Amino acid sequence: MSLQFNNEQMTEFKRLVARYPEGKQKSALLPVLHLAQDSFGGWLPTEAMDYVAVLLNIEPIEVYEVATFYSMYNLKPVGKFVFEVCQTGPCMISGSENIITYIQSQLGIQPGQTTKDGIFTLKLVECLGACGYAPMMQVGKIYREHLTKEKVDAIIAEYRMQVAAQN
Amino acid sequence: MGVKLLLEKANVPGIRTYDVYRREGGYSAAEKALKEMTIEAIVEEVKKSGLRGRGGAGFPAGMKWSFIAKPEGVPRHLVCNADESEPGTFKDRYLMEFLPHLLLEGLLISSFALGSNDTYIYIRGEYAWVADILEEAIQEATKNGWLGKNILGTGFDCMIHVHRGAGAYICGEETALIESLEGKRGNPRIKPPFPAIQGLWMRPTVVNNVETLAAVVPIIKMGGDEYAKIGVGRSTGTKLISACGNINKPGVYEIDMTISVEDFIYSDEYCGGIANGKKLKACIPGGSSVPILPANLLLKTAKGETRYMNYESLSDGGFATGSMMGSGGFIILDEDQCIVKNTLTLARFYRHESCGQCSPCREGTGWMEKILQKIESGKGEVSDIDLLWDIQRKIEGNTICPLGDAAAWPVAAAIRHFRDEFEWHINNRELSQTSNFGLQHYADPIHVPA
Repeated sequence: MSLQFNNEQMTEFKRLVARYPEGKQKSALLPVLHLAQDSFGGWLPTEAMDYVAVLLNIEPIEVYEVATFYSMYNLKPVGKFVFEVCQTGPCMISGSENIITYIQSQLGIQPGQTTKDGIFTLKLVECLGACGYAPMMQVGKIYREHLTKEKVDAIIAEYRMQVAAQN
Repeated sequence: MGVKLLLEKANVPGIRTYDVYRREGGYSAAEKALKEMTIEAIVEEVKKSGLRGRGGAGFPAGMKWSFIAKPEGVPRHLVCNADESEPGTFKDRYLMEFLPHLLLEGLLISSFALGSNDTYIYIRGEYAWVADILEEAIQEATKNGWLGKNILGTGFDCMIHVHRGAGAYICGEETALIESLEGKRGNPRIKPPFPAIQGLWMRPTVVNNVETLAAVVPIIKMGGDEYAKIGVGRSTGTKLISACGNINKPGVYEIDMTISVEDFIYSDEYCGGIANGKKLKACIPGGSSVPILPANLLLKTAKGETRYMNYESLSDGGFATGSMMGSGGFIILDEDQCIVKNTLTLARFYRHESCGQCSPCREGTGWMEKILQKIESGKGEVSDIDLLWDIQRKIEGNTICPLGDAAAWPVAAAIRHFRDEFEWHINNRELSQTSNFGLQHYADPIHVPA
């Protein structure tokens, strides 16, 4: 098996499993899938899910049925930065549609697509609990709120610079 | 200024850290509960306080606690529901982000009262940074002897664990949450058995909302009777309201439930009025699943009495002319908002979030979204309105969990109060794509304050 947690990730895995009583290690499945997704390039190939099944001593199907249920697990490759823009009621009445259209035009992609350079993915999501700070999107671990066209420009530039600095 | 019991110290610099929280009197309620009170006395204070579940259903918290089974040798668990996902609701996030130790203190007292040695906070996966804040606070509390073994020398052991979900509204339903905590899909369980008898890992379990558990701290501090004096009727204590939509000051506010809806919307202390000088059209007062009300029924009940921000007053008139307190997610729509479109986005939300177990919900939510999409895009028929009504009626009450009702109610209320607007959309297919129905054209025009 080529996909494996490194030492640091394995330590985190053990810390997650230790939260639950003996014999209830399956409870760690959701947190462990987050760890796997973060460790293996932002998505969960079948190989990663099979690896998690082995680690938790459960059947692969138990992992698949969970990975396909929850919206945060990506089952296809995604860009380095995923723009998850909220489109539910409160964001909609605060202007999220204009923001979505603007992001589409700036990145040249439709929802569900990734830019050719592999940097950005655009996803439309349902309520993220930031209704008072709308329009908003989640990028990785953080929320970007009170979005305007200018803010979107600045955010895109910021991430492009991050990538450039790494190359 | 209203009474503040939860957010009183929210603006104290550094209150997120243990040292500042403790210096401001934090953990004194836990000290009192663990050292001076019996388990029965703690439960009794919570019962006397009249505290009702702050997640949405409003069930008396003390009564919920008293249902927990205590079979010999079987561990019991307290689970904190931090899966805040009801559109319009962002109060628990605020509380956890700024006052993590207040929640931990409430959890410690409640865990002690319920006999939970391993307590879990199930937090929605998207609140990843909030989970980090909680983990840090847990480390601090453990280091200072408030969590771990033999707390304050009482012999009571308690550890609090943070468990991140992964994106599923349904996990806010307590049995779906428990399934998810067991590493499964969030499919709600058939009840009975209730979690208080067989919950997490088939052990007796109490699931309470973040705000409910935080409220235990002031209740222990001041006593249940004093807490019950705040507010009115069966709406005791304070309630966090997350206000959003077309208002000047969106945000999280703590109210004592004696304020009128009109004052809450228009006073500078709270929402600060409708944004951009627009007029109020409608409001969803308790999170997306509760019935939407037109401005006139929002500010006054059908009997013409002032409507207040509390459980009883908001539901005055039942679903015919009233709504619900729900989770406290207060969504304001101004005169430029289209009810059909708003209802469509909510229908899409519920279709997306249906777990798929029960066919009325799995199929019905999809049908409602498609029909609303059809009307919204100018292709609707008048018969579609009755079809929508028929579908929502067949979902309500016919599912394992309340998500079915939550999906049906917004559609039903939109048709009940804004049927004219749906008809206008259908009869003016082209015009409806470029303009709005406005406030004046309803058979019973919506009267709003200037």
